[in-house]
Amino acid sequence: MDWGLFTIQMLNGVQLGVLLFLLAAGLTLVFGIMDFVNLAHGSLYMMGAYFCATLVQLTDSFVLGVILALPLTALLGWLVELIVVRALYTHDHLDHVLATFGLILCFDTAVDFIWGPTGMAIPLPEILDSHIDLMGGHTFPVFRILIICTGLAVAGFLYVMVAHTRIGMLIRAGASNRTMVMALGVDIGKLFALVFAVGAALAGLAGMLIAPITEASIGMGNEIIIVAFVVIIIGGIGSIKGAFVAAMLVGLIDTMGRSFLDQLLKIFMSSESAETSAPALSAMAIYILMAMVLAFRPQGLFPPKVR
Amino acid sequence: MTSLIRTGLPAYVMVAGLAFLALLPLLAEWVDNIFLIDLFMRLMILSIAAVGLNLILGYGGMVSFGHAAYLVIGAYAVGIPAYYDIYDGFLQFAIAIFASAAVALVTGAIALRTKGVYFIMITMAFAQMVYFTFVSIEEYGADDGLTINMRSEFAGLLDIEDNFTLYYFVLVSLIAVLGLVYRIVHSRFGMVISGAKGNERRMQAVGFPTYRYRLVCYVISGAICGYAGALLGNFTNFITPEMGDWVHSGELIFMVVLGGAGSLFGPVLGTAVFILLEEYLSRLTQYWHFPFGAMLILVVIFTRGGINGMFRWLGMKSGIGGRS
Repeated sequence: MDWGLFTIQMLNGVQLGVLLFLLAAGLTLVFGIMDFVNLAHGSLYMMGAYFCATLVQLTDSFVLGVILALPLTALLGWLVELIVVRALYTHDHLDHVLATFGLILCFDTAVDFIWGPTGMAIPLPEILDSHIDLMGGHTFPVFRILIICTGLAVAGFLYVMVAHTRIGMLIRAGASNRTMVMALGVDIGKLFALVFAVGAALAGLAGMLIAPITEASIGMGNEIIIVAFVVIIIGGIGSIKGAFVAAMLVGLIDTMGRSFLDQLLKIFMSSESAETSAPALSAMAIYILMAMVLAFRPQGLFPPKVR
Repeated sequence: MTSLIRTGLPAYVMVAGLAFLALLPLLAEWVDNIFLIDLFMRLMILSIAAVGLNLILGYGGMVSFGHAAYLVIGAYAVGIPAYYDIYDGFLQFAIAIFASAAVALVTGAIALRTKGVYFIMITMAFAQMVYFTFVSIEEYGADDGLTINMRSEFAGLLDIEDNFTLYYFVLVSLIAVLGLVYRIVHSRFGMVISGAKGNERRMQAVGFPTYRYRLVCYVISGAICGYAGALLGNFTNFITPEMGDWVHSGELIFMVVLGGAGSLFGPVLGTAVFILLEEYLSRLTQYWHFPFGAMLILVVIFTRGGINGMFRWLGMKSGIGGRS
C-alpha cells in the first residue's frame, strides 16, 4: 500500500471533516437550543462563498475578502432569523422543513439573479496556491492545510466559548432545558438571534474556504447540508463536542471509503465485483453509519445532558 | 373524532374535479394544445405519490422525507426490465410494487424505532442510499439515466404507447388509489393508525401493537409511491436517479401539506396547485423559484392546514378540521 497516498487521503478526510464541523456547529446549536430544523443553513454557506468571491474581486485580497464577508454573512443570518425563522418557533418540525425549503429556493434564485448562473472562482494569493512536499514524492496543497488549521482554530475557539464563558453557559443551558433558562430571566430570543448569526458566519466561512477549490456555485449548499445533518444526528443534537467528533468521523469515512474501499473489498471478493460495489458502498457509508447510530443509540453519540 | 371521516373538499368540488380530469383530453384536442395532456398526466402521477405519502404523513403523523426514493424504485422497475427487452407490464408493475414494499419494510422497520425529527432524517438517509445505489450502477446509465424505448405492454389488453390511453390508465389508477386509501383510512386498521398519531402510548395501553400497524401502513404507502414511480417511468420514457433527490422528497411533502395533510383529496389539490403554479410562474420569469419559495414560506407561516385551511378561513363549507 502507498502510505504517501494514504496520508494525503487522511489529510483530505480531515479537511472535509473540518468543513463539515464549521457547518454542523451552527446547525446543531440552532437545532439544540430552539428545536429549529434549518435546511437553509446550506444557503448561508453558499452566500458566504459568493460574498467572499465578490469582495475578493473588489479588494484583490483573499484575506481581506474573507474578513469582510464574515460579518456580512452574520448580518444576513441575523436578518433571516428576524424575518422568517422567528415566526416559526411555535410551529412543528414539518413546518420548519417546508419553510426553510422555501428559503433555499429563494436564495438559489437570488444568487442566479444577482451573480448569474455560472459559478465564481476565487483566486488565491501565490503563497496559498502552492504545494508542500510529503513523503514518497507526493505533494499537498498549502491551502488545504490552511483550511484544516482554520477549522481546528475555530473548534478551539468554540470550545472555549461554550465551556468557559457566560454566553457559552447560557447556550449549554438552553440546549438542555430551554424553558428553565427562560424562567430564570434570560432573553432567549436575543441569545438565539446571536447563535443564529454566529452559526451563519461559520457556515459562510466554510463556504469561503471551499470556494477557492471548487468555486462558488448555485446550489453548492444543498448536497453538503444533508451531510451536515447526518453529522449532527450522529453527534447528538445540541452538542458541539458531538458535532466535532462526528464531523471528523464522517469526513474520514467518506474520503477513505471513496479512495480505498475497492482495495479493501478485493480482499473478500473478486476484483470485478469489488469495483462495481465499492462506489455505491462508499457513497452510502455515512448514511449507513447514521442509520446504525439511530437504530442503536437514537440520541446520538454525545447527547446534551438532561433533556 | 369526526375528523376521521373527511375528504377535504365539498363533494361537488371533488366530482367536478374528477369530471374535469376525465374530459381534459377532449378539451386539449379542442383547444389544440396536446401539451395539456402531458401536464395533467404528470400532475395525476405525482398526485398518486402524494396520496400515498399522505397515508403515513397525514393520517399516521409519520413525516417521511424520503418518499421520492420509491418513485425511483418504481421507475427503475420499469426501466431495468425494459433494458433487457422485457416489456411485460404486469411483471414490471408487480416488481415496482413488491420492490418498493420490500424496501419500505426493511427501512421502515429501522426508521420507525425513531420519532420526530430523527424519523425525518433517517428516512432521508435511506432515500439517499437508494439514490446513490442507482447513481453507482454503470450498467443502467448511472448519473446519465436510462432511456425506456417502449412503454409497458399489457398482453394486448391495453396499449399505453398511445398518450390518450396512458392518460386514462393514470386517471383510473388515481381513482383506484384514492378508493384504496379511503377504504384503509375508514377501516379498523386506519382508525388504529390515526389513533396512534393522536396518542401512541394510549393506543398501546388499549392493547394495539402500534409499531406493527405503523410498519404495515408505511409499507403500503411505499408500495403506492412505487406504483406511481412505474407510471412515471412509462410517462417520461427517460429515468434518472435524480428523481430520488431529497429535494423531490421535500416537494412531495409540500404537495401533501399544501393541499391539507390528512384529508383524502388534499394531496391531489396540493399537487395540482404545485404543478400548475410551477408551470405558470416558470412561463412568467426564469426566476420563478423566488416567488414560489416565498409563497411556500408564507403558506407555512400564515395558513396551518394548507389550502383547505384557507378555504375554511374564507368561510367555505368544508369537511376538514385543521391540523392538530
